[in-house]
Amino acid sequence: MIRYMIGRVTSLCLSLVVASMVIFTVVEIVPGDPAAYMLGVNARPDTIAALRTELGLDLPTAQRYVAWVTGMLQGDFGTSYTYRTPVSQMVADRIAVSLPLALLALAITVVIAFPAGIYAASHRGRTGDLGVMGATQLGIAVPNFWFAMILVLIFAIKLRWVSAGGFPGWDAGLFKGLKALILPAFALALPQAAILTRVMRSSLLDMLNEDFIRTARAKGLSRRQALWRHAVRNALIPVLTIIGLQFSFLLAGGIVIEQVFFLPGMGRLIFQAISSRDLIVVESVVMLLIASVIIVNFAVDLAYAAVDPRLRTGA
Amino acid sequence: MRMPRSLILGSLLTMVFAGGALLSFIWTPYDIETLAIPQRLQTPTGAHWLGTDQLGRDIVSMIMMGARTSIAVALLAVGIGICLGVPLGLVAAARRGSMLDEVIMRGNDLIFAFPSLVIAILITAVFGAGATNAIIAIGIFNIPVFARVTRGAALSFWSRDFILAARVAGKSPARISVEHILPNIANLLIVQSTIQFSLGILAVAALSYIGLGAQPPTASWGRMLADAQTLASIAPHVALVPGLAIVFTVLGLNLMGDGLRDLLDPRIRVART
Repeated sequence: MIRYMIGRVTSLCLSLVVASMVIFTVVEIVPGDPAAYMLGVNARPDTIAALRTELGLDLPTAQRYVAWVTGMLQGDFGTSYTYRTPVSQMVADRIAVSLPLALLALAITVVIAFPAGIYAASHRGRTGDLGVMGATQLGIAVPNFWFAMILVLIFAIKLRWVSAGGFPGWDAGLFKGLKALILPAFALALPQAAILTRVMRSSLLDMLNEDFIRTARAKGLSRRQALWRHAVRNALIPVLTIIGLQFSFLLAGGIVIEQVFFLPGMGRLIFQAISSRDLIVVESVVMLLIASVIIVNFAVDLAYAAVDPRLRTGA
Repeated sequence: MRMPRSLILGSLLTMVFAGGALLSFIWTPYDIETLAIPQRLQTPTGAHWLGTDQLGRDIVSMIMMGARTSIAVALLAVGIGICLGVPLGLVAAARRGSMLDEVIMRGNDLIFAFPSLVIAILITAVFGAGATNAIIAIGIFNIPVFARVTRGAALSFWSRDFILAARVAGKSPARISVEHILPNIANLLIVQSTIQFSLGILAVAALSYIGLGAQPPTASWGRMLADAQTLASIAPHVALVPGLAIVFTVLGLNLMGDGLRDLLDPRIRVART
């Protein structure tokens, strides 16, 4: 286990280092001078020079990279050029939207996928199974932002149950906040629910072919009892891995959905920063997003190894 | 051998859109570069089968031109994945267990760990929005997929007797990879290509929806949806049609992929009967 841990932690650190280098390089090779890029075409040379000094652009590249990374490790993500506020403060406000959105979407994914997957597996080959599988084919093919637009059209514009977008803030009350997130969460969850349903179904079907299910049936359990007591529990192991991966996907995928609903989350922060050419914000927020995805994946790996001893020795 | 029903249905759907895209090179019902504001936001009529958009452009023509963009971007992105990923996978399998193999596979894991959409946004944001950058951004993430599939499949062949015979005959690992391994894993690569193709269509739609894909006046489905969003309450069909085009194309490709897998992989066929 310790060897496995060391291996995983090494690759985690390596991923983070490479990710930071990639992002730094990409922003570094912006055509032209970053300071000139940020100030736009009409900037005066002395303003550009001043910004260059302020950003430390006259320092050597390696030194700036180290400064950026050590700053982030200490919780200093730099200062937004356009808003003149610390990026960490801006990010904290946005996470209060993006994280609940991803969690809510994950909950919806699970609530849809588990029953649907179990139902399909236990009705294998029959009409119900075909129906569920057809629905998942469709779910995978639907772009989530388009599904979001359809939801807005039905529930916000026609039925007027919820508002079409925006976020009242958590100060307005938990209920109002959740109400603003429910449609985006559904839109985000649909394709993931379709994928998870398929994983749940096939994992359960694998289990139903196992010897221990036959044994359970032989000792007198009904099909239903064998399914619920033995098959479902074992089928959950691969399903949990996928859920972990999906969470990081939901976190990153929220970017587009936030655009549809005008939610003030991380995604919109990135876009605002891009359009105002605020490279410091872009750089730090993208890094933060990628780091959280990598760390979630790492946590999933560890959790998986904790449940399944075979993995620890195999790696 | 019977053709799987999903393959027939999937190919039909795919051919409709691919055909529309090809046809758009020589003919579209209307020219999409001339605007006809008086005819804007019409619901489907005999003259405009799917109606017109906010600038009076014919939606059928826009969908055909958009199909061209979507398919071209996704296809080229798959091309990048195959051209770089397959050789990497073949080399990794031929030199299995070596340092090189290790480096290639760890590099793959690394790219896999990145949220593709975020990187694509970063690339297109910094280097400018446009079809070329979208192709590169999507293509990069196809490389590890093909490398992994190729390596996994190739490994299972390296231990086979006919490969051993080729080695005894004095063929180099490179020649064996190209002449014996590649033809044997081609089926698998074709199936994977259709899957990556459909994912590419979805990715390019998302990128152009947020304004980072092909730029106007080039028509793209994502862009059409973004334009239609504010009009959805007065003209729902403008928002419905491009979305349905994406859904049917992706559905068609996925069904085709499933069908091809059933057709080309004898093991699954046995398991089903």
